[in-house]
Amino acid sequence: MGGFWLTGLIFVPALGALGVLLQGDDDSVWRSAFIYSLIPLAISLYLFAIFDPAQASYQFVERYAWIPEFGISYHLGMDGISLFLVILTTLLISLSILYSGGGDIEMRPREFCFMMLVLETGLLGALLAVDLFLFYVFWEVMLVPMYLLIGIWGHGRKIYATFKFVLFTMLGSLLMLVAILYLAGAARAQLGHLTFDLPDLYRVSLPPTESRWLFAGFALAFAIKVPMWPVHTWLPDAHTEAPTGGSVMLAGIMLKMGTYGFVRFAIPLFPAVAIEAAPLFLALAVIGIVYGALVAMAQPNLKRLVAYSSVSHLGFVMLGIFAFDPQGLQGAIYQMLNHGVSTGALFLLVGMIYVRRHTFDISEFGGLWKSVPIYAAVFMVVMLSSIGLPGLNGFVGEFLILLGTFLHSERAAWIAVTGVVLGALYMMWTYERVMWGPITKSINATLKDMTAREIAVIAPLIALMLFMGLYPRPLLDRMEPSVDLLLNRVAAAQVRLDRQQISTVAALDLQARSGRIQ
Amino acid sequence: MTQNFPALALILLFPAIGVLFNLFYGGRAGRGAVNFAGPAVIVLAFAVAVSAFVALLRMPPGAALTCPLWPWIAAGPFRVDLGLRFDALSAVMTLVVTGVGALIHIYSAGYMAEDDDYARYFTYLNLFALSMLVLVLADNLLQMFIGWEGVGLCSYLLIAFWFDNPQYAYNGRKAFIVNRIGDLGFLLGILTLAGALARHNVWTLDFVALREHAALLAPVATLAALLLFFGATGKSAQIPLYVWLPDAMVGPTPVSALIHAATMVTAGVYMIARLNFLYLMAPEAMEVVATVGVVTAFFAATIAIVQADIKRVLAYSTISQIGYMMLGVGVGAFSAGVFHLMTHAFFKGLLFLCSGSVIHALHGEQDMNKMGGLRRKLPITFATMLIATLAISAIPPFAGFFSKDQILDAAFGSGHVWLWLLGVVTAGLTSFYMFRLIFMTFYGDSRVEPERERHLHESPRVMTAPLIALAVLSVVGGLVGLPKGLFWGNAFGRFLAPIVNHPLAGVAAAPVLEVEAGAASVLLGVVSLSAALLGILMAWLLYRRNPGLTDRLAARLAALHGLLWRKYYIDEIYDVLVSRPLFWISAVLLNRGVDRGVIDAMVDGTGLTVEEGGEAVSKAESGNVQLYAFVYLLGALAIVAYYVYRVMR
Repeated sequence: MGGFWLTGLIFVPALGALGVLLQGDDDSVWRSAFIYSLIPLAISLYLFAIFDPAQASYQFVERYAWIPEFGISYHLGMDGISLFLVILTTLLISLSILYSGGGDIEMRPREFCFMMLVLETGLLGALLAVDLFLFYVFWEVMLVPMYLLIGIWGHGRKIYATFKFVLFTMLGSLLMLVAILYLAGAARAQLGHLTFDLPDLYRVSLPPTESRWLFAGFALAFAIKVPMWPVHTWLPDAHTEAPTGGSVMLAGIMLKMGTYGFVRFAIPLFPAVAIEAAPLFLALAVIGIVYGALVAMAQPNLKRLVAYSSVSHLGFVMLGIFAFDPQGLQGAIYQMLNHGVSTGALFLLVGMIYVRRHTFDISEFGGLWKSVPIYAAVFMVVMLSSIGLPGLNGFVGEFLILLGTFLHSERAAWIAVTGVVLGALYMMWTYERVMWGPITKSINATLKDMTAREIAVIAPLIALMLFMGLYPRPLLDRMEPSVDLLLNRVAAAQVRLDRQQISTVAALDLQARSGRIQ
Repeated sequence: MTQNFPALALILLFPAIGVLFNLFYGGRAGRGAVNFAGPAVIVLAFAVAVSAFVALLRMPPGAALTCPLWPWIAAGPFRVDLGLRFDALSAVMTLVVTGVGALIHIYSAGYMAEDDDYARYFTYLNLFALSMLVLVLADNLLQMFIGWEGVGLCSYLLIAFWFDNPQYAYNGRKAFIVNRIGDLGFLLGILTLAGALARHNVWTLDFVALREHAALLAPVATLAALLLFFGATGKSAQIPLYVWLPDAMVGPTPVSALIHAATMVTAGVYMIARLNFLYLMAPEAMEVVATVGVVTAFFAATIAIVQADIKRVLAYSTISQIGYMMLGVGVGAFSAGVFHLMTHAFFKGLLFLCSGSVIHALHGEQDMNKMGGLRRKLPITFATMLIATLAISAIPPFAGFFSKDQILDAAFGSGHVWLWLLGVVTAGLTSFYMFRLIFMTFYGDSRVEPERERHLHESPRVMTAPLIALAVLSVVGGLVGLPKGLFWGNAFGRFLAPIVNHPLAGVAAAPVLEVEAGAASVLLGVVSLSAALLGILMAWLLYRRNPGLTDRLAARLAALHGLLWRKYYIDEIYDVLVSRPLFWISAVLLNRGVDRGVIDAMVDGTGLTVEEGGEAVSKAESGNVQLYAFVYLLGALAIVAYYVYRVMR
C-alpha cells in the first residue's frame, strides 16, 4: 500500500478551491472548478479499480503523528464501506458544478465554486478519517461551506433555514465532541496513553452506563444528520431554501454522514449498547419510513416533497443498519448510494425546472410532458428509481434491507414494506400533477426542453441507476468483507451479552436455591 | 433434465432492441420504420420461442432449457442470479405472449395510424413484451418480480398513454398503486419464503431449489401462499384488488387486448401454477384461491350484464374469466387453469381487438347504445367477434368449451360442489352478457350518430388479418385439450403434467387432480352447456325478440339495476374507507399536526432559531427553559417510539 492517494483525494479539491479564486472571468471559474473536481473523481475511480475486493480492513492507509502530545494522528484509510461513498461524493460534486455553471448560479460563481470544493474536502476527509479527532475536524469543516451555500445562494427563508440547520447540527456535534474527548480520556486510563485512533479505541472497554452515555452522544449527532424522526425538521427547510448544487450535496452525501457515522463509529465503538438500542432505532426507522412518506404526500412544494422523501428513504437505511445482518447492512450501504444517485438526480431535475419557472409550487405546473418531453421522460426514470422499481438501483437496496430486517424482526419488515406503496403514491401523484394532464398555465407551454449540458449532468446518473439495478455485484462484493468485519464485532458483543445474561440468570438461580436451602 | 440453450436470451434481446430503437430513433426514423420494427422484434422473439419449443418437445417430459444470464444480488450467503428457464409451463406462456403479442403489435400499426405518438406507443409496447417475457422466463422468484413490476409499469404508462386527459392519467396511477398494494403481498411472500429457508441456512429463491427444499417451506406455506395470492389479486384483478382493471380501459384498445386481457392480467395464474408445490402444501390457501376465484367470476359477470360501454363489458368479463382460472388452480387443476389462460388469450384478445375495430370504425364511440346493426358494415369484425363470443360462451367445439369444461369438471370432481354450481351459473351469465353485446352492437337498427355513420368502414387489412388469425385459434385452440378417450385426449394436460402435477417426495400435500374427463363428466358438461345456451336464449329474448323489455325490467328492478350499474359502489366504498382517511392522516394529522404543529413549534419555541430577517433574537433570552423543554420532549417522543416498537414486538 502506501502512497498519498487519499491525501491527494482530500486536498486536491482544497487546492482547487484556491485555484478557482485566481481565475479571471466567470467562464474560466466554472471551467477550472469543473476540472479540479474531475481530478478527485478520476482518483476515486482509479482507487476503485485497484481496490482489493477480498480485504476487509483499511486500504491505501496513511498514518502520521499529527499532535503526538494528545495522541492525535493523521490516519486515513478506505474500506469497502467508504469506497463507494467516496466515489459518489466526487461524482456528485462534479455534476453539481457542471450543472450550476449552466445558469443556475449567476451570483458570485467564484465563491460558490470555492465553497463546493471546500465542502468536498470536508466530506472526503470525514469519510476517510480513521482518527476520531481528525474525523471531527472534517465533520466541522464540511458544515461551514454548506451553511454559507444555503445562506448566500439560497432562496426564500434562507436565514431561518440556515439557523435551523446549524443549530440542529451543532447541538449534536457538541455532544459528540464531548463523547470523543471522554472516550480518549478513558483510553488513557486503560491503554496508558491518550489516543483518538479508531482501532485503539476499539480495545477500550467501558462500564455499561458510560458506554450508553457515550453512544448516546454519538448517536444523537448522527441521528440529526441522517435525519431520523423526530429530529428531521431542519431538513425540509434546509433543502427547500438551498441552491440546487447545495441540495444535491446535502441529500446526496451529507445525510449519509449520519448513517455512515453509525456504521463507522457509533456501532463498532459500542456494539453492546447498539444491540440494546436496536429496538429503539428500528422503531424510529419504521416510523420515519411511514411518516416521511405520508408527510411528503402533503407537500405542495416540489423540493420539500423530495426532502421528506429523504426522511423516508433514510429510514430504510437505518432499518438495514440496525438489523445487524449482512443483508441488512449491505443493503443499507447500497441504499445510501441509491439515495445519493436518485435523490441527487431529483434535486437536479427540480432545479432545472426552477431555473425555467422560478417556482417549486406543484400547482404551478401540469402537462409539462407536452412542452418538455425529454425532461419528463428523464424524470420518469428517476422517479422509478426512487420508488424502487425492480431492475433499477433502488430495488436492490430496498430488498436487501427488507430481507435483513425480516430475518431480524418480521414485524418491523411488515411495517416498513408499506413505505413501498406510499413512496409510489406520493411520487406518482406528483408526477401526474406536474407532467400529465392539460397545460393549465400558458407559460408552461413554451418551456425549453433540457439543454445538452443538463442532459450531460443527468445521463451518468441514469446510467448508474440501470447499472446498479441490473449488475450490483461489483459493488456488493467489495462491501462484503468490511461489512462482515463490522458484524463480527457486533456478534462478539452479542455473545458477551448472552453470556452475561446466562451468568446473571445462573446467579439468580443459585441465590434462589441457596435461599430455599437456608 | 436440463439443457443449456443460449438462444433463449434472444427472446429477451429482440424486444429490448425494439425498446431502444423506438425510444431513441423512433421519432427520427418515422412512422413506417416504427410500424415495422415494433412488431418485427416480437415476431422474431416468437420465432425463437417456437424453435425453443421444438427443441423442448424433442426432450423427455419434464425437461427444461436453461440460459444463465449474469450474477445479480448477493449479500452474505444470500444469492440470486439472473437466468432463464424454458420448461413446459414457461413454453406455453412464452408462445402466448410472443404469438398473441405479435398479432396485437401488428394490429396496433393500423389502430394507431392516426396517432402522432406512435414511437412512444411502440416503445411502451415493446417494453411490456420484454417485461412479460422476463416474468415468464425467470428461473427464480425475485427475477420474476422484476417482470411482475415491469409489466405493471408498462400498464401504467399505457393506460395513461393519452395523459393530457386528467382522468386517464389518474386511472393509470390508480392501476399502478392498486397493483403495488398487491405487490406488498408478493414482496412479503418472497421474504417469508426466504426467511423460512434462511432459518435452515438455505439461501435461495430459485424455483428448482425452492421445490427441492419444499419440506422446509411447509411451516410457512399457508402464509406465503396467501401473501403471494394477495399479489395475484392485484395483478390478475381479483377481489379485493380488481378495481383498477375496468378503469384501465381508457388506454388504447390493443393495449387492453394484450395487457389487460391476454397476458399481463393472467400473470397471477401463472405464478400460482409455477409455485404449485407451495400451494399444494397449503390446502387452506388453495381453498381461498378457488373461492375468491369463483366469487370474483360471478361478481364481475353480474356487473357486466348491465354495462353499456363495450370495453367495460369486456373488462368485467376478463375479471370474471380470470376468476375461472383461479378456480381451476385453486382446486388443484393447474393445467386446466393454464389451459383456460391460453384459450382466453386467444378469444379475449380477439374480443378486444374486435371491439377496437368497432371503435375505430365509429371514430371513438364506445357506447353500445349508439351502435347496432353493424354486422353488414363490418363483416369481418362481426364474424370474428361472433366466433370469439361462441368461444367465451363455451359452446363446443370452440376453444373456451374445453378449457372451461376442464375447470368446472375439476371443481366438481374435487368435491367443491358449491363452487362448481356458482361456476355454472356464471357460465350462463357469461353467454348472456356476451350475446347481449353482440346483439346490441351488430344486430337491430343502427343507433349510430349520423356524423359517424357516414365514415363507417371496415378496418384495414393490417387490423383484420390479426382478427382472422386469432379467430382461427379461438376455434381450434381448444383441441389440444380434448376429453380423455377422444382422439389424442388431453395432450395439453400431459405436456404440463411433469411440471405442475409432479408429486413431491416426503411432503404432506393435497392430492393433485388428474384432469382427464371421464364418462360422469359428460353429464357435468351437459349441465354447463345448458347454462350457456340458456344465457344465449335469454339474451336473444331480451335484446332481439322484445327489445323494450329490458327497459321495463330495469325499471321494475331499479334498485338492483342501480347497484349493478354503479358496480356495487365498490369504488366509492374504497374511497371513503381508504383514500380519504389516508389523505387526512397525511395532510391534517401528520403534516399540519405533528410536523408543524408539534415538532417544529417546539423547535421555534426554543428561540434557538430566529424568525425571518433576524428580528426575533430577543427570544433567545427566554430560550433556555424552552431548550430544556425541547430536549425533554424529544426524549419523550423517543420513549413513545420505543413503546410503539415494544407493542409491535
